Formats: sequence, C-alpha cells, structure tokens
Amino acid sequence: MTPRSLLMRGGRGGAIFLAVMALLAVVVPVLNLGLAPDAALHLPDYWVTLLGKYLSYALLAIAIDLIWGYCGILSLGHTAFFALGGYAMGMYLMRQIGTRGMYGNAELPDFMVFLNWEALPWYWWGFDQFWFAMLMVLLAPGVLAFAFGWLAFRSRVGGVYLSIITQALTYALMLAFFRNEMGFGGNNGLTDFKDILGYSLQSQHTRVGLFLATVVALTLGYLACRYITGSRFGRIIEAIRDAESRTRFIGYRVEYYKLALFTFSAMLAGIAGALYVPQVGIINPGEFSPINSIEAVVWVAVGGRGTLYGAALGAGIVNYAKTWFTTAFPEIWLYALGALFVAVTLALPRGVVGLLARRKGGTA
Amino acid sequence: MNLRETVHEMTRRDKVFDFVNRPTERPSRVDISHNTILYLEDITVSFDGFRALDALTLYIDAGELRCIIGPNGAGKTTMMDVITGKTRPEAGQAWFGQTFNLLRMDEPEIAQAGIGRKFQKPTVFTEHTVFENLELSLAGPRGVWHTLFARLDGAQRDRIAEVMEIIGLQDHALQRAGSLSHGQKQWLEIGMLLMQEPQLLLVDEPVAGMTPQETERTAELLTSLAGKRSVVVVEHDMAFVRSISRTVTVLHEGRVLAEGSIDAVQNDSEVRRVYLGE
Amino acid sequence: MNRPLLHSMHRCMAVWALVLLAGLAHAAPPDAAYAEAVQALPEASFREKAALVAALVTQGHPNARPLLAAMLDNRLYADDRGVFIADADTTADAEPVWRDALTLNPADVSLGSRDRIRTNNSLRAALKVGLAQFDLVDPDAKVRIAAVRELSGDLDDDVLALLRAQQATDDAAAVRREIDIALAVYQLKDDDPALRLAAIEVLDGEQRNLVYNRVKPLTDPAHEPDAAVRAAASRVVAGIDGWREIYGALETLFFGLSLGSVLVLAAIGLAISFGVMGVINMAHGELIMLGAYTTYVMQLLLPNHIGLALVLAVPAAFLVSGLVGVAIERGIIRFLYGRPLETLLATFGLSLILQQVVRSIFSPLNRSVTSPDWMQGLWQINDLFSVTYNRLAIILFMLVVFALLLLVMNRTSLGLKVRAVSQNRAMAKAMGVRTARVDALTFGLGSGIAGIAGVALSQLTNVGPNLGQAYIVDSFMVVVFGGVGNLWGTLISGLSLGVLNKLLEPAAGAVMAKILVLIGLILFIQRRPKGLFPQKGRAAEGH
Repeated sequence: MTPRSLLMRGGRGGAIFLAVMALLAVVVPVLNLGLAPDAALHLPDYWVTLLGKYLSYALLAIAIDLIWGYCGILSLGHTAFFALGGYAMGMYLMRQIGTRGMYGNAELPDFMVFLNWEALPWYWWGFDQFWFAMLMVLLAPGVLAFAFGWLAFRSRVGGVYLSIITQALTYALMLAFFRNEMGFGGNNGLTDFKDILGYSLQSQHTRVGLFLATVVALTLGYLACRYITGSRFGRIIEAIRDAESRTRFIGYRVEYYKLALFTFSAMLAGIAGALYVPQVGIINPGEFSPINSIEAVVWVAVGGRGTLYGAALGAGIVNYAKTWFTTAFPEIWLYALGALFVAVTLALPRGVVGLLARRKGGTA
Repeated sequence: MNLRETVHEMTRRDKVFDFVNRPTERPSRVDISHNTILYLEDITVSFDGFRALDALTLYIDAGELRCIIGPNGAGKTTMMDVITGKTRPEAGQAWFGQTFNLLRMDEPEIAQAGIGRKFQKPTVFTEHTVFENLELSLAGPRGVWHTLFARLDGAQRDRIAEVMEIIGLQDHALQRAGSLSHGQKQWLEIGMLLMQEPQLLLVDEPVAGMTPQETERTAELLTSLAGKRSVVVVEHDMAFVRSISRTVTVLHEGRVLAEGSIDAVQNDSEVRRVYLGE
Repeated sequence: MNRPLLHSMHRCMAVWALVLLAGLAHAAPPDAAYAEAVQALPEASFREKAALVAALVTQGHPNARPLLAAMLDNRLYADDRGVFIADADTTADAEPVWRDALTLNPADVSLGSRDRIRTNNSLRAALKVGLAQFDLVDPDAKVRIAAVRELSGDLDDDVLALLRAQQATDDAAAVRREIDIALAVYQLKDDDPALRLAAIEVLDGEQRNLVYNRVKPLTDPAHEPDAAVRAAASRVVAGIDGWREIYGALETLFFGLSLGSVLVLAAIGLAISFGVMGVINMAHGELIMLGAYTTYVMQLLLPNHIGLALVLAVPAAFLVSGLVGVAIERGIIRFLYGRPLETLLATFGLSLILQQVVRSIFSPLNRSVTSPDWMQGLWQINDLFSVTYNRLAIILFMLVVFALLLLVMNRTSLGLKVRAVSQNRAMAKAMGVRTARVDALTFGLGSGIAGIAGVALSQLTNVGPNLGQAYIVDSFMVVVFGGVGNLWGTLISGLSLGVLNKLLEPAAGAVMAKILVLIGLILFIQRRPKGLFPQKGRAAEGH
C-alpha cells in the first residue's frame, strides 16, 4: 500500500478529517501565539487546552470505533485503558515535581508523604524517566487488554456479555484506584503537575506544543487504523463482525484477531489518556467510571461508527455540546445527553456521518 | 548425542516451537495412505437427553462423493458439527486421515487441516464484495501478522478470477455479497469452499432454492471435484442425489440405517419403513 | 454441684420471703399506703428514702415500678403539687412529658420550682435490687429472666438472698436455671475449690459473655491454684470459643444472605428483561431508584403511619416502575429488538434522563426514609448471636417476591406466554400469542420488580438519584453469573455472591472484597460463559 493510497482510503470524509487536522496544526498556533492577546482573532489559551482535550477524546473515540465499528466488540470499559495511560503520564509528571511539592520531598509525591510512606513503591520506579513512562503508557493498557482479551476471546465471550464484563473491569479498577493503599493518590488522584520534559505546563508555548502533539498523535492514530482496516486483516475483522463462526470455518483464529485488535485499540486509548492528563492537569479514579466509558461509546455512535473520522467528529460534537451546556444550562445537560443517546440509536443508526451522506445522496 | 547434534536438534525449524504447537498441528497434509479420509467411530452426541447421534460409525474414502440422506432430526447437521469441531461428542473417535484427531482440534485447526464446510443456510460475508469473500477464503497462511501485510500476487488473482468463472459470478466481482440472489449466495459459498482447496468438502443442502439449471451445474461441479477431493453432500432432493452419487448413506435417529447404491438403499425395507411408514 | 447444700439454703431463704409476704398482707389498703409513701419521698432523708423504697417494694403496687425506675434514672421530680415522673425518652433540651407518679396519667403541668428527688450510691443499689425484686415476681417468666440477668453480674448478699428465695418458689424451669447460673457465677469466687468446680460444672454449656469473662481467668495458673478447676474452666472456655466461631460463621452467613437478598432483589427484574427477553436495560437501576422514591413519597403522604406507608409502597412502587417500564418498552425498546448493543445505549441515555428528572423534582440531595418500628432493633437470639430485624425482613421479603415471581412465571398464562415467546418467538406468534403485548407486559413485570427492590433498598440506604447506579453493575453480574434466563440461577448466584463478599470482607476489607468478587466473576465468565446454570439444548446453541 502506498502512502498516498493510505491517505485517500478514508474517502471524502477521511480527506476532510486530514485537512482539518492540518488546518488545526497551523491555525491554532498562529492564532494563539502569533496574535496579541487583545487582537480580535486571538485564540485564548484555555481554548487551546480545550481543543487539545477534545482531540485526545477523539483519539479515544477512534480506538473505540476500531473495535466496535469494525469488529463488533462493544467495550464499555475503554476509559480504563484511557485512564491507565493517563496515570502512567501522571506518575511521570508527579515525579517531575521533585522538591517543589508541599512537603518538599525529592523522592516521594506529596500524597505519599502525607500517608507516612517511607519509600517509593516498586511500581513507581522508573517513572522519573520520560521514555519509561511513555513505554508504560503503551504497556499498562496493552498488557491489561491482552490479558483480559486473551481470557475473554479464547472462551468466546462475546456480544453483551463482553460489554458487561468490560464494564465490571473498569468498575473494579475504579474501586481499586480509589483506595489510598494502592499508591495512586486515592480519591484525589494525581495533580499539581509542574512541568513536562523541563517545560512548564503553565506556559503558553508548552500548551501549544501539547496541542500539536495531540494533533500529530490523532493523525497518526487515524492513519494506523486506516491502514489496519484497509488491509486483509481489516477485512477479516469485518468478516468476524458479520459472521464470526463462518470465519472460523474458513480457518481463521478469531480469538487472535480480536485480541490483536483489542490490544492495539487499548494502547491507542492509553496514548489518548497520556495526552489528556498534562493538558487537563489532573487524573483521578473518576476517569475509570463506567459512565465515562459509555459516554465515549456514544460519541462514536453520534458521529457514525465504522468510519473512524465519524468517531472523531462525534467526540468533538458531543464534548463541545457538553462544554456549552454545562456553562449555559447545567441542569439541562443530562437531559440533552440522555436524549442524544436515545435519538441517535433510534433515528440515526449511522450517526451524523450517515446523515450527511444520505442528504448528499438525496440531492445528487 | 554430541554437542553439535544437540544444537542442530534445537535449531531445527520445525522443532523449535514444539512446546508452542499442539501435537495435533504437526502434520501438515492429511495422510490418506489407507485410502480412507474420514473415520467416525461410535460418535455419540446428546442434547438434554435427546440423542442426536447414537454411536454413529461412518467411513469416507479418499476421492469419494458420498450423499447422506435422512429424515429431519436424523443427525446430519450434528454430524457435520462434530467433524468441523463445532460440537464435541460425548463418546467416540473422529479422525481425518491417519494423523488428525478431529476431537482434539478446534474449528480453525480443522479448516486449516483441509476440511471445508458449506452451511445449509448460505453464509457469506454480506458486507464484503464477492472478490473479497473469495480473497478471505484463499488457501494460505492465516496468521494475524501475515494478513496485516498480505498483498495478493498475480497467481492468487488468477485463482480468484478462475473460481469466479466457475461459480458464474465473474461479472459481480465488486458487488456486495449481501445483495446477491439466494442461488448466487449458494454459489459464492461453494466458491469460497473451492478457494480453501480442502481435501474434504462437507456440503449441506447445496441445491436448496436453486433453479433446475443451477442444480444441474452444481451436480456437475461436485462430480468434477470428486476424485481429487472427497465430498460429502447432505441433500433431500432425491433426483439430485441420484444424479451425482455412487454411494448413499441413510441416517436415522443418529445412526446409520443403510448404506449402498441409491437403488439398493431405496429398496431397503428398513428405509422404506422409516421414510414411507410402510 | 452440691445440690443438697444449695437446696437447704434455698429453703431457708424461702421461709424468709414468706415472712415478707405475710407482712405485705397485713399492710394498710395498698393505694393509700402507696400514696403515703410516695408523698413522703420529697422531704425524706437518704436513710428515710431507703426505708420508703423498701416499703414501696414490699407493697408491690403496680405503679411503683416506673416510679422506682425513674428515681434510679434521676427522672423523678417533686413540687408543691406532688411527685412527677419525666418520661424517659424526652431529650435534655425540651420540656419533658410529665406523668403523675401516683396515677401515671399524663400531667399537664409545667413545673416551676421543681426539685429532683436525689439519690446516693447506696440508695441506687437499693433501687436496683428493688426493681429486680419487682420484676422477679412479675407474672411473665421472660421479665423474671431478664431481671435475673440484670442482677447476675454483681451479686451482693441481699440480692443473693432474693434470688435464692425466688428460685425456691418459681414455677418456671427457665427462671430457675437462670438463677442457677447467676448463683454459680457468684460461686466462682468462692474460696473452696470444690465449690468453684461445682460452679463451673453448672456453667458448662453456657455461651454468654458473662460466663466467658468470669471463667476465663480460672484457666490461668496465676489466678487459679487448683488444677482440676483450671481443667474444667479450660473446657468451658474452649466450648464457648467453639460456639463463638460457629456463631461468627453464622453471622457472616446471615450478613451475606441479607446482602445477597438485596442483590437478588435488584437483579431478579433484570433476569426477566435480560434473561427472558434478551433486552439489556441499563435503566434498570433507575427503575429501582423510582421504587425507592415511591416509598419516600408514600411516607410523605402518610406521615403518621410509617408502617402502613411502607406496606402500601410495595404495590405502588410496582405500579410506578412497572408503568415506566412498559412505557420504555413501547417507546424505545421495541424498535431495537435484535440489536442488543443499541438497546444498551438507548436505555443508558434513558437512565441519565430519569436521574435528572428525580434531581429536578426531589433535589440532588439524599432523602432518608424512616423504618417502621417493627423493622428496627435487634433480635437477640443469645449472647453471641443476634440478627437485626431489617436484614431479616429483607431476606424474608426477597423470598416472598421470588416465590410470587416463580408462581407468575410457572402458573399463569402470562408466564406461559413469556416462556413461549422467549423460546421461539415466531412459533409463539403463529400460535396466536400477541407477542408485542407479551413483550410489554414482561418488561413491565421486570421493571415492577425493580420498583419493589427499590422499596427494600430504601430501608437500608438513603434514597438518592444515584441509588440505581450503585446496583446496576452488581445486578448484571448476578444475572450473568447465575446463567441468563434462569430465575433459580439468579437466586443462587445472588445469595452466593453476597455470602462470598461478606466472607472476604474481614480479610480484605469491604472495597477489596468487592474488587476480588468482580475479578473472580470476570474469570468465572471466561470459564463458563453461560453462567452457573446455562440454558441447554439446541435452542441455546445458535445464539
């Protein structure tokens, strides 16, 4: 497959998606850094962060779409992988605080000092190294997804059963991370980060840098998914989605395919979480909550599953709506979100993307 | 054993991953040296006390075309489920050739060993094109890593084109399989079987819903396959059975009631009693 | 033990008691004497008070007992109009409810310059004994036993005499045994090893804390020189330890069963909609929540009849949640049959809306629902084992609901139709079953039971908008663990998950226990994807 065909494979929607990414990568830094704060077109700093947050959500949505839209695996626990990636990044950021914490302990994060811990627990070792933390961003969700998927797919747990046990998985992790004894900051999670790779997280330039990193990660993640779905492997996972047992009788080991896809998707979610944490400035066990996972699934449904760019679009639409509602009409937000769930499943099975495609088809 | 031999032994490619490969996967081709490709012996399957298969014993010769007939509930589909690994029997033996113990293998292993199956209800990948359906069925490596980077070479394209020709779908290569007619789906599924190049084909009611012309072509195709491959056909259409088969097996209540030429079977008093209530 | 000796002592005491009773018979008319003694109390010195208390006890006037109890608790007051009792359950700040000490009728007075009738230590001791003396002659054997128990901790000579007298005359064997125990506990301190040994023999087989605490020191050579006594004491202590273990296990089992009952109640409605119909209803938790709020509303409507409100809340919650369920089925789910993942998402959206509705109507704060009297308190089976009534009620309630549900599913035409539709929809339709109606009713039934579960939950926790969410994951786990489509499986899996949780809790802590159970379930589903009791047969194979 040539690089060019990879870029074009998403069709018109994919091309628009890539164009938007390129546009964001240019426009956001220019409008934020290039213009004076009082200029009419100046993009406020918090918008940079907000957009970065949306884009990391979009990456999570693409990860979910890859397994749900293409392989029919509905994971209601994908934020577990998102949060694990986030925690790995958060642990690195905690170690970077060093002596600037409230207790001024160079080794131990504040919450450990507060709990009277003597030494860093072994699973915090190495997180002062950026490369190690990044490795863990991939490995922590990847290993969990591999172990979980190996057990689940091998014994052919599928459909709603799988959805329910993924939900149980993230619920169990949430309960675990709420415990102070786990050594991840308990209730409060990890926060008060100071800098990343030596750059202050408060600085405008770092924020734009993180935003650009998110754009790049989202674009690469999209292209990787595009490559996968365009390969024979991709046709096999679609075959599994449509007729699982037929695929077996042709000789494919369905469980290996699902496992590979699920693990890859979990790692993507982990990367999304790692990009999310430094921009938002906090990670806490609430990120594991099953509700968040289901909400993320709805982004995909709203955008239109099985298209990848639709998932990203859905993440953008729903989260922008959330931001807008929660400031303008906080009490209406849950009504709106709930109605969105119902409306999309009943009236828009192919999401916004499907709607646009249909309108276009109708006029042509 | 000296050191060199030991090292050599340890680095032999087919032995290195002994501990990974299950013993059943070791033979690569089916061994039909005794001229029998399928052994089913005393196979018993029951669902909630109902005996779907009752000590069924059946042998299929290499290159044979065998028809299996029997009333509803005789255990025909269950038998195919046992052979392809979908259902595990409570008792009995099932061997594919001399070396493959089917009861220790799962569906993909059995398929890769060389048993292909066509379902009663045509099952194709509805969202894929005809071409893609055949591509996925192409004989060859089935590994995750391989398929991620696989490209079709010229010979493979030719093979797909050839099979599309055989099943008469050469003009529908890019059509979604879900939009094919019932008969075309039946053919596509047969085509998928052919792509797998199996040694043993299990074909469940291949001509159901086909026009007489299509039925005739199917009969031709199946007869032409026999010889190189073994074919087991489950069918209700007696005219079709008569047109293709040399040996017919009658199943009844999970066991073999009669076996022989179509005429011999049709004149068998037991068979007449079961079928016609005489 | 040395029965003849004790017996003769008892006989001696009995004579003494008879003298007292004779004195009672010769007294002035009881009411008048009672009034006289009571009215003398405010002005009496401590010595005189002691005499008056003794007189009140010997008179045995029925009103004297509350009077003496009030005096012991410093709730007895006097002013120039008479002697008044402040009711025990009034709080310190509020003006107490007053009763006239003579008649016990409510006294509509606000005492201006009231004086508390004071007591001192020896008077309080006398009051205690006096109260016990009252209770010892109570016609109800239970009251007599309670009185002996109350006394048995610290006996002095007076009480000893009293007990011995009572033992001689009491016609209830249980009371006599109770006195035996009290006397034996006292006798443990005797100087004579033989008597100590005899006392231990009497106490052998008793499990109460008092016996344990008093016998335990006798196993220690530092306290007990006699080896035979030590051996006997060790035997008794070991016996009690054994019982404690058994009761500890029983208690865990009970807690587990009550938690399990909650899980079963929460899950059983889901077992119907998920198990029988194959519908994933993520709003199930919110239907439970609606049931809980129905209970709350019923109590608002009937503030003076808490118990009645609770009883009426059961059918009301069934109706409310059931009707909402039917509306959900008709409005959303029927368009999504055969698409379980979409159903899951749509009903989840619905759960958000329902939560928000409740927040808008009742505020986001938790509401507390009062338990009626008969649900409060403790059933003390013995010293080592007691069960709370509300947990017991939940278990019984769950069993009743389960039995009714079984009855509906197995004995009614609706149940027959539901089973028919769940096994073969097309065939049922061909046979003339109106499947759409059956679907709606089945879903309504499952939802109604969720509402009933909400009534039960309102008795255990606060009622709030998030009540349902806390149970949804657990409920699904119960259904999946038990095997979809199997009500008995749901019962067994709910109860066993509850017990398992409580078994793990002491070792791992509550949160960790829950995590372990979840992980265990995830692993279990890998082993047996169809649950504990899978549906069998060809029908279950395909899908």
